[in-house]
Amino acid sequence: MAEPGARHEGERGAGAPRTSASADALAAVCFAVSTLAAVVLAVVYWRGGNTQAEGALLAVCTGGIGAGIVVWAKQSMPHDEVAEHRGAIESTEEEVAAFTADYEAGREGLGRRRLLLGLAASAFGALGAALVFPVRSLGPRPGKDLKHTPYGDGPVRLVTEDGTPVRIGDVAPDGVLTVWPEGHTDAGDAPTLLIHLRREQQFRPRAGREDWTVDDHVAYSKLCTHVGCPVGLYQAASGLLLCPCHQSTFDVLDGARPVFGPAARSLPQLPLAVNADGELIARGDFSGPVGPGFWDRDR
Amino acid sequence: MTATRPRKPPAPVTRRVARWLDRRLGAADFARSALNKVFPDHWSFMIGELALYCFVILILTGIYLTFFFDPSSNVVVYHGSYAPLQGVRVSEAYRSALDLSFDVRAGLVMRQIHHWAALLFNASIVVHLARVFFTGAFRRPREINWMIGVTLLILAVFNGFAGYSLLDDQLSGTGLRIAYSITLSIPLAGTWMASLLFGGEFPGADIISRLYVIHILLLPALIAVLLSAHLFLVVRHKHTQFAGPGRREDNVVGERMWPTYASKALGLFFLTAALLCFLGGLVQINPIWLFGPFSPAEVSSASQPDWYMGWLDGALRIMPGWEVRAFGFEIPNPFFPGVLLASVTFALLYLWPFLEARVTGDRAEHHLDDRPRQRPVRTALGTATLSFYSILFLGAASDVIASSFRVSVNGVLWTFRIGVFVVPPVIAFATYRLCKELSARDGLPTRSRVTFRQTFRRLLFSSDAASG
Repeated sequence: MAEPGARHEGERGAGAPRTSASADALAAVCFAVSTLAAVVLAVVYWRGGNTQAEGALLAVCTGGIGAGIVVWAKQSMPHDEVAEHRGAIESTEEEVAAFTADYEAGREGLGRRRLLLGLAASAFGALGAALVFPVRSLGPRPGKDLKHTPYGDGPVRLVTEDGTPVRIGDVAPDGVLTVWPEGHTDAGDAPTLLIHLRREQQFRPRAGREDWTVDDHVAYSKLCTHVGCPVGLYQAASGLLLCPCHQSTFDVLDGARPVFGPAARSLPQLPLAVNADGELIARGDFSGPVGPGFWDRDR
Repeated sequence: MTATRPRKPPAPVTRRVARWLDRRLGAADFARSALNKVFPDHWSFMIGELALYCFVILILTGIYLTFFFDPSSNVVVYHGSYAPLQGVRVSEAYRSALDLSFDVRAGLVMRQIHHWAALLFNASIVVHLARVFFTGAFRRPREINWMIGVTLLILAVFNGFAGYSLLDDQLSGTGLRIAYSITLSIPLAGTWMASLLFGGEFPGADIISRLYVIHILLLPALIAVLLSAHLFLVVRHKHTQFAGPGRREDNVVGERMWPTYASKALGLFFLTAALLCFLGGLVQINPIWLFGPFSPAEVSSASQPDWYMGWLDGALRIMPGWEVRAFGFEIPNPFFPGVLLASVTFALLYLWPFLEARVTGDRAEHHLDDRPRQRPVRTALGTATLSFYSILFLGAASDVIASSFRVSVNGVLWTFRIGVFVVPPVIAFATYRLCKELSARDGLPTRSRVTFRQTFRRLLFSSDAASG
């Protein structure tokens, strides 16, 4: 059966190049513009550079070459469709049989040394296992670090990011302030949100935490219990804390219980007190591990 | 030997070089068959090429960037030419990225071309994957190449994420924090994996330098090796083609490599470069100086990752606040959208050729591409899957949608939570009906009422329907 438009492989030469003067002229203009843009690019760079001009000129350089080649190829190069035979992918039965015969012949030369082969295999396996050990050097054992913050080392003053101690009155009612344990303002697990509630707000302390607040000040870990983003948005009117990353919402008046979004646990609370100088201190660590969950968090 | 002592005029230099090479390689026969190799032409076959060209441009611009970037977490005080951050304590990684952007001539344009190329690289891989899926080009003998392609997609996504996480700005630090938490959520192994990867508890002093090695060496090398295998298999199998006059399972019809096809491919490379240079010069991307240096206590709203991570971020947002707790152990919430969903997604992608062959019973070789309408069930499942991930992707913008349209965030999230289950079946049904209508209009053999079971049976026997 004839195949319209398709010749077979091996017949070359019939596809003589089509001549198209206007296409050649267009391609020539493209190449010329590209060359010119490269010169201008060099000048721009030499004179101090400019991101926008560099990008645009590079685009003209590369685009000129690209457009020139495409115009040339589409208009002036042969477009003869040819059909190439596509053989079967699978090997023939003879090829498979020949391979199998050679393989088996070689294997018989090895003889029946089952024990030796077994030992060689176990040596390879042991080497593979031994090569895994250095992976252990990449990091410390994930032990107490995840359940411990610098607050756990004992009573400590709360300070702002620049190390200034925080006093009652520094935060206005409805205000929030990010605080750290003194000396640990770079600790990734210690950022704490200090919130000054309005007196008339109905704060409902958790059982056993009745004395964890001071003068309507309450403090929670700032790290979301979902994936650890800083919970930064406080809606004072409703007493809700919102995580900007994934919209988990916590009720500050109810032990920072999650009320919406993907977070499933309350923000850990920090036991507050005031020292003799009127500065806020933390009496101990948070009520639980801060930030995202892990499988043995409660063990 | 028959080497001729030249008394006649010397041959052109290119020919002499070619002869010199051929005496050492004996490659003329191979090179001739390469010149004559036939490629079927269709616009949709260029998309994979586009990914290849993006990769080349990523390597070229990336090498330039490595000469200036310093992957270190050491804290320094910024004294560069960007005034608003004067005197701010930043990491060396962040400072060198700022210097690269403001004080290295042509640095910013290279950085932005690199970032745009990464976005287009991932986009073209996804569209290429969709093309292969909807045309059935993954069927025997191409299942292995399909799986190599899926692996390339995974590597490209990881490498993109590793790349923008290096700069240690507020946005990338937040992304790393989320990656750490997702790793941590894996039962049993998570705490160890997170500690080994980050060198301790987040943020960890080692993560930037480790990501750097991963980003510029480990993953690019893996991509280069797998890309070579991918292309080798394309040559081995010869490209698929759409049905048409003279096009059969046992031939491949198209233009020869030399000169037309090779020229068009080279032209496409330069046009891709032109697009990326245009974007890199004129469309700002990832302005890290506006985000500021990373601090674990700060974050801004409207923190969105690069587009190819959007579906994961959206899944994290849409997931209700559930955790599994028993016997003092727990499976944390991010495990389900962050680990389970991603694993199922890629497991299904890997297994698809085999699942489909199992359902249809069709295990024959196929070199003629399907038109999507010929395979209503596959096409319907494909569009439903795309809509599922598109909704997750939009979910990552829930806060932006809420503030742009002045509606409640909770309402938007609930819409997505419901939509992610309701929309895909609707899309699947609409696609199925549309495919039926279109194939009926084409005069393809079809019945007006066909059950899924019958469709599977038809799928089995209709592989050549379109060429009739």
